[in-house]
Amino acid sequence: MKPGLPRRIAFGVLPVVASLLITSVLILLVGSSPVEVFKTIFEGAFRNSNAFASVINFWIPLTLVSIGLTITFSAGLWNIGAEGQVIMGALFASWAARTFVLPSPIMLPLEVALAALGGALWGFVVGILRTRFGVHEIFGGVGLNAIASVFAIYLISGPWQPPEGGGAQATAPFPDYALIPDLSPELPIGLFALIILIVSIFVVYFALRGTRWGLELKATGKNPRSALLLGVPTTRVMLSAFMACGALAGIAGSYRVLFTYDSLRQGISGGIGYLGVLIVLLIGARPLWVPVISFLFAAILAGSTRLRISLQLDQSLAGILQGTLVLIVLLSNGLRQRLLERGQEKPVPPQQITTTMEMRQPTVTTAPTETAHE
Amino acid sequence: MDIALQHISKHFGAVQANQDISVSFHGGRIIGILGENGAGKSTLMKILSGFQPADSGEILVDGIPLKAGNPLAALAAGIGMLQQDPLDVPSFTIIEDFIYGQPPGRRVNGRAAFTLFRETCQRFGFDLDPDMPVSQLSIGQRQQLEIVRLLALGVKTMILDEPTTGISAEQKSVLFNALTELAHSEGLVILLVSHKLEDVIVLCDEAIVLRAGKLVGQVEMPATTAQLVSLMFGQVLAPQTRSIVPLGEPSLKLENVTLKGKRITIENFTLNIRRGEVVGLAGLDGSGQELLLRSVAGLTRLHHGAVYVNDRVMTGRAYRDFMAAGVIFSAAGRLEEGLVSGLTLTEHTALVGQGAVIQWTAERERTAARIQHFNVRGKPESRIEALSGGNQQRFLMALLPETPTLLSLEQPTRGLDVDSARYIWEQLLSRRSQGTAILFTSPDLDEVVAYSDRIIVCYSGKLFEIADASRVTIDELGRLIGGAFP
Repeated sequence: MKPGLPRRIAFGVLPVVASLLITSVLILLVGSSPVEVFKTIFEGAFRNSNAFASVINFWIPLTLVSIGLTITFSAGLWNIGAEGQVIMGALFASWAARTFVLPSPIMLPLEVALAALGGALWGFVVGILRTRFGVHEIFGGVGLNAIASVFAIYLISGPWQPPEGGGAQATAPFPDYALIPDLSPELPIGLFALIILIVSIFVVYFALRGTRWGLELKATGKNPRSALLLGVPTTRVMLSAFMACGALAGIAGSYRVLFTYDSLRQGISGGIGYLGVLIVLLIGARPLWVPVISFLFAAILAGSTRLRISLQLDQSLAGILQGTLVLIVLLSNGLRQRLLERGQEKPVPPQQITTTMEMRQPTVTTAPTETAHE
Repeated sequence: MDIALQHISKHFGAVQANQDISVSFHGGRIIGILGENGAGKSTLMKILSGFQPADSGEILVDGIPLKAGNPLAALAAGIGMLQQDPLDVPSFTIIEDFIYGQPPGRRVNGRAAFTLFRETCQRFGFDLDPDMPVSQLSIGQRQQLEIVRLLALGVKTMILDEPTTGISAEQKSVLFNALTELAHSEGLVILLVSHKLEDVIVLCDEAIVLRAGKLVGQVEMPATTAQLVSLMFGQVLAPQTRSIVPLGEPSLKLENVTLKGKRITIENFTLNIRRGEVVGLAGLDGSGQELLLRSVAGLTRLHHGAVYVNDRVMTGRAYRDFMAAGVIFSAAGRLEEGLVSGLTLTEHTALVGQGAVIQWTAERERTAARIQHFNVRGKPESRIEALSGGNQQRFLMALLPETPTLLSLEQPTRGLDVDSARYIWEQLLSRRSQGTAILFTSPDLDEVVAYSDRIIVCYSGKLFEIADASRVTIDELGRLIGGAFP
């Protein structure tokens, strides 16, 4: 039973309107004009090609992580560890950038591949903790995020500290041949990463929809017991989901060091791992929606940096807007579920099992089940 | 205290769990509530104790109607239930559990609580240390704690759901003494839900018997096992005629195997199942059948011993390896274990298919063919949970490989109507001629006798083999199930 189109549109639009309203009220409470704020954010994101480029440069890694997260999401896994996987990717890419001296066309694929490996490795650890040792992936992920983040800080202030000494916020910039080049001076975005991103979106889309692996992910996510009995290697499937997500998160991390900052710095991920989880919360396992929503998020975030300059407001307002949106959407999903259930709740007529049994001479009697309702 | 249930009915989905049940219970008596698994005993008791509302009907306590579906109201009226898994708080100490288990306003605290607790324990010979954590108690001790707690609440009717499952013989005798004293000296109504006939015969003053949701008998004790069995399982039916399939070499061998479950252990047994053979497992719920079924499919590890499939050692291997060797397990709860809610029929077909890339058009056609062949009412794009139980089971059959080595089936016809059940069996038996062996359980003795070549009776972890199923009567089988092994 599918709900009518009007209702589906309503459930798509209403949460957005509601979260804009709530944020507007908040803005009014701090004594500013909502219209001004939204206008500033919009202008901040799109006022010129440089601003637009910064939106895209945030959008590329964010979309990569989020695409990865649709994989774990469809396997029913809450991969909070994506953040740590981004950081590990950044670390592996940084290591490659600092270690090898090779021409750019060899260097870049190598760095990205190593970043993917680093992320996958960190995802694998989350997966092993979950499948072998029964540590829930949320707790394992949170722990591993902290380790990755502290390890990055250790590298920056220790073995990888810049020549000017410790206590630095970042390593020395990596050499040019190790960095992803700008598409053009007017539009400084990393074309190389953009290509990887577009390929990833379609590969993941196809993998989830058209391959056995994708179907196994889905079955494992919905009911691992049944999936196992139908012959799905559920442990392997979960591990592969964590690793695939980790690989994409790792590539995202490499973009942050090889393009955004040209170096490894503290807070290298910029929180895209967590933001990715929010995005996937919004759209579920639908990879084609990821670029759209993540673009919206990237634009709001990049645009909101203007708030301080124009309106003396903190840019964390963007976070509030995003958080509200996610909460409201989740709320409306819950609401829709309830409405659907109410719609289906028809009184079930008692089945005639027992009377049929009396009328015929049964060979096999049927007992109602006690467990069915527990 | 007098309790009158009047025309109680309750259904769950398509299953009629209780149908127009009217019965009265009187103080000073221990009443056994008998019936096979799924007969509706637990449901009826949950309705009486307020844990579930009835669809229709009324409960009168000393002539006063009881508010339905409210455990607190039932408690206030003096009706308390001791659940199969006692409702206690593992992180509390015994005395904390005792104190916080009283409803607010009627709570006894501090020294008074200790005194009350100790006195009650002494009276019934319960050995409970008030400061011990609940998490360290055995099931028997947790029951004792619940009994003390319920008595402190002033309960006048105590319902016990399968209280003798998983407790020691000593605890059982303590429990029975306590129950006898409560009923005969203090005038409580004791309702004992059980399918252990010998317990009921030893303890009860009367018994009521439920079958398929209906009240089918009320017996004054003493009664014989045979009388109770015939009430529980209904009339003996004419034996089935079916084609004889020559049995082949053993496809499954269990050698000197010991199985350990949560509440049951099956010690050191050997079992061979031959190609084409159908072996039925009979036994009251929780007597070890499920453990055995899961073990032969590699879902539960053997505690000791070896398992061979087609003469290959499979001991300690995972379910997937058993599956690769052609051993398929199917659980009683189809949507919990077997089918994946939220996936369509086509997706199920594709899931058990081959190839890394899925050809959806081809899978859809294959699904449509299976739907037709197995007479499933549903469309390829229907989600599995939208199908009725019978159609789900048929589709599950359709997903089985063509010629499995061994099918290990937990209640293969659970919840199905007569036609669906017969259809499922036709499909199952047709695979025997290609050498498929079948091991199955059923709470329905008719089904076990009708389809088995050989029957293995399980009784609290002990096994008894009936080599020729066609020579056993339901009566004999019922006695064996009750533990009367020769």
